[in-house]
Amino acid sequence: MAAKERAIPAPGVNPETAPFWEAAKQGKFLIKKCTACNKVHWYPRACCPFCMSATTEWVESRGTGKIYSVSVMKRAPEVYAIAYVTLDDGPTMMTNIVECDFDKVAIGDKVQITWRPTQGDGKEDAPPYPVFKPA
Amino acid sequence: MSIKGKAYIAGAYEHPTRLAKDKSVAQLHAEAALGALADAGLTKDDVDGYFCAGDAPGLGPIAMVDYMGLTLKHYDSTDVGGCSYIAHVAHAAEAIAMGKCKVALITLAGRPRSEGHSGATPRMRGADAPDTQWEFPLGVATVNAYAMVAARHMYQFGTTAEQLAWVKVAASHHAQYNEHAMLRDVVTVEQVLASPLIATPLHRLDCCVVSDGGGALVVVAPEIARSLKRPLVKVLGAGESIKGQMGGNVDLTYSAGVRSGPAAFAEAGVKPSDIKYASIYDSFTITVVVQLEDIGFCEKGQGGKFVADGNLISGVGKLPWNTDGGGLCNNHPANRGGITKVIEAVRQLRGEAHPKVQVPNCNLALAHGTGGLLGSRHGAATLIMERE
Repeated sequence: MAAKERAIPAPGVNPETAPFWEAAKQGKFLIKKCTACNKVHWYPRACCPFCMSATTEWVESRGTGKIYSVSVMKRAPEVYAIAYVTLDDGPTMMTNIVECDFDKVAIGDKVQITWRPTQGDGKEDAPPYPVFKPA
Repeated sequence: MSIKGKAYIAGAYEHPTRLAKDKSVAQLHAEAALGALADAGLTKDDVDGYFCAGDAPGLGPIAMVDYMGLTLKHYDSTDVGGCSYIAHVAHAAEAIAMGKCKVALITLAGRPRSEGHSGATPRMRGADAPDTQWEFPLGVATVNAYAMVAARHMYQFGTTAEQLAWVKVAASHHAQYNEHAMLRDVVTVEQVLASPLIATPLHRLDCCVVSDGGGALVVVAPEIARSLKRPLVKVLGAGESIKGQMGGNVDLTYSAGVRSGPAAFAEAGVKPSDIKYASIYDSFTITVVVQLEDIGFCEKGQGGKFVADGNLISGVGKLPWNTDGGGLCNNHPANRGGITKVIEAVRQLRGEAHPKVQVPNCNLALAHGTGGLLGSRHGAATLIMERE
């Protein structure tokens, strides 16, 4: 468990997604909700992928969910787990599972959000990245 | 309007190299083009349409058209990753049916092996792609994206690692007869399972090779096909689609093949049980299992059982598949397996596959592939061809 974790590169923030990453710095995990069809989606977009309305808003997610699928990458300098997590709020998102036993992490496991610092190419303000750990 | 019978594949050529340290990518494209034109009995001056994808160096088709000295009436650089070239055959047939061109050249080439590529390295697919900031930092490579598909398939349908291994076993049985194949040793299920885990649950031998090389196809109008000396391989039908994460309604159990496959069969007027030979893109063993289900060779969830016990081995099973050894053993030029799928299907329809793997009286064949990542977002293309 004490093995070194893979470093996460900084995300390429753009004007459409800047509010997510600003909130992330405060430890808030936001997802997008469409005010026209009321559906939440992932990854966050300005235009709803279900009804294409341009009136979407940021809402805070509970940050809990279950693993939908997971693969442990063995052929890497630091072993890591890539996964899809289905949020209790609805959407399924790609993420990493951290602080887990890589031999046991499995589909169906309950997980909760946690954050990891990112490597900001020398930029001081690189936001943290949303990942999940066993709940 | 349909492309059925409106175009023929007159030329097909797979570059024999698998390691091209001494060649450029443009050179490999041109050598593949020359090979396919010679196979058809045509020259570059006959070409009036050119098709390429993202492996072609430069901006779309511009650099390669200039490099090869072509004079065109039509071009198309649709890029949906590895299956692009299967879609290109359909697009070429559409263009020919519309009278936009008569001799369409499709090329693919690349040298990922010389450049040290690996499917285990996280790969940026466009810095400004809307999904990149949400996925690239997570270390999504190629193999672990497909591995998540395999993990879910196993969880949901009870598919086993042994069943996946049978796909590789079948490919290796075919590759032993292909003098150009990168991996010619026949392997067993046990050997696949004993190979190192790369990204769970996929082993090293569940993964395709990394090879340099290329290939080309020449698609022509019916009157030109009939004027040439090659067997007539007719385009019967095609389908294409794209599938992603559906706004977070992620479902890894199926691909865009559920749309491209049925569309192709409907246009061709045939059904999966009519197909004598199938080329199905084998980037990984799981890719084949999911595609067989999606395009209708078996029920959803039954792909593992379908591929087991040698069912894909020519002369042994019910569905002779990837008789060149596929991407798993033969060749995966430019990290894109689409064109080699069409090339082997053409060989089968002409009766020019290796005698040990040639399907008797092979008059109806399918080539299908996906491009991008089955684990996140991808294109699919299906093509059905008939020997006239």
